[in-house]
Amino acid sequence: MILAAAIARTWAEFFHDKAALLAFGDTGYGDELLWGAVRSVEIAFFAYALGLALGLAGAMGKLSGGPILKAILEGYTTLVRAVPELVLILLLYYAGTDGLNKILETVGIGRIEINGLVAAVFVLGFVQGAYHTEVLRAAIQAVPLGQSEAGKAYGMSPFKQFTRITLPAMLPNAIPGLANLWLNVTKDSALISVVGFTELALATRQAASVSKQYLLLYLVAQALYLTISLSSTLLFSWLERYVRRGQPKLA
Amino acid sequence: MRWDWLPQYFPVLVHGLYITLFILIFSVVVGFALAVPIGLVQVTGRAPARMAAGAFCSYIRGTPLLTQIWLLYYGIGSIFPLIPGFRENFMWLVRLDAFYYALLAFTLSFAGYEAEIMRGAFLSVPRGELEAARAFGMSPWKLTSRVWFPRAVFQVLPTLTGEVIGQLKSTPLVFTIPVLDLMAGVSKVRQDTFLTYEPLIFLAIIYMILTYIITRAFGYLEKLIPQRR
Repeated sequence: MILAAAIARTWAEFFHDKAALLAFGDTGYGDELLWGAVRSVEIAFFAYALGLALGLAGAMGKLSGGPILKAILEGYTTLVRAVPELVLILLLYYAGTDGLNKILETVGIGRIEINGLVAAVFVLGFVQGAYHTEVLRAAIQAVPLGQSEAGKAYGMSPFKQFTRITLPAMLPNAIPGLANLWLNVTKDSALISVVGFTELALATRQAASVSKQYLLLYLVAQALYLTISLSSTLLFSWLERYVRRGQPKLA
Repeated sequence: MRWDWLPQYFPVLVHGLYITLFILIFSVVVGFALAVPIGLVQVTGRAPARMAAGAFCSYIRGTPLLTQIWLLYYGIGSIFPLIPGFRENFMWLVRLDAFYYALLAFTLSFAGYEAEIMRGAFLSVPRGELEAARAFGMSPWKLTSRVWFPRAVFQVLPTLTGEVIGQLKSTPLVFTIPVLDLMAGVSKVRQDTFLTYEPLIFLAIIYMILTYIITRAFGYLEKLIPQRR
């Protein structure tokens, strides 16, 4: 009984007057967190797009490039996938901003302050690119060669072969992997907080250390992340149904 | 490139490596042990247990590990002092050490990811095998331990390599709470020597070596498993 009363008092004390904390505007942190979530999705979206572009180029290179290009791409994907994202982000963030400034100085433009969002997108996109390369390469390889050969026999240009035959045929194989990568990038966007870019995780940390309401604010942040993940899952399952239209149902 | 800091900081880095590996091995072993019942409950359990296990997996897989660690350490950790009489208790010491929070967060995370995989593996064991076991008069416990569980684990083992490497790659996150792992050791070197790249490159190389070792070790393990082709 005493224990139950103590626990009840702890909870009451803890959640006393907490609703005001999530208000929008100057009094609460609701807008800060929501804005952070928007920034997180923003980083994730652009990094994903960049990763997809890099991955497509990488998969093409791995499948039909020369031996040197293949070796470079193999090094890229192995290296990126064996080193922790956090370490890569730190390395690329410092090396990237530093390297760009050195180049600009030698060219004679002078140092520039690199926008945090742009740096975050490039770093995460570069990491994503390696994973996209592997997912897309495997998906393209799963398309029977005879199909694009048939396209070739019809006199299609290589570009048309890709957009008309390989792309639609490989998408059903690629979508589950691509969905996973999207979920990963939304979660990895939290890692950008270590280089001081204010997205959801860092916004929460700042709000929590000012207000001392760690538990509540972190729970709200988790709920926001979960909302992003769950709605993405729904979106991707709809997308998978769409690209699988006309295909026999999986067992 | 300057590497003269390496001998001086060697003990710090070795201790950090030990902490990193301890967290990895503990969370993989205990997390997997937790994942089996969580996965099984999702397949056979009653609705409330099934939903609870499903919600746990969605939560773990749907939110960043970084914020899970912060929620545990800063969030849950901040309510302990509010409990009357807690400060005088020996548990206060546990509150102080971030290491235990890191262990808990990593174990739960691995359990969540692995439980989802185990759920799929339990479902993919052919029904005929389970029916055959039942026809032999095996009790549900014996059926699970002799047929269902081993068959599911054999299927999971190839994916386990990737999962363990993924777990290894998230270990540097613990340096965001005061845990002195390898990443924290490297951060200390960076702060003391003002070197930007060398310590990070060193860290990247260590992680690549660890990834290679894990890949080889699991490759060896996989060969030990009887496979029918």
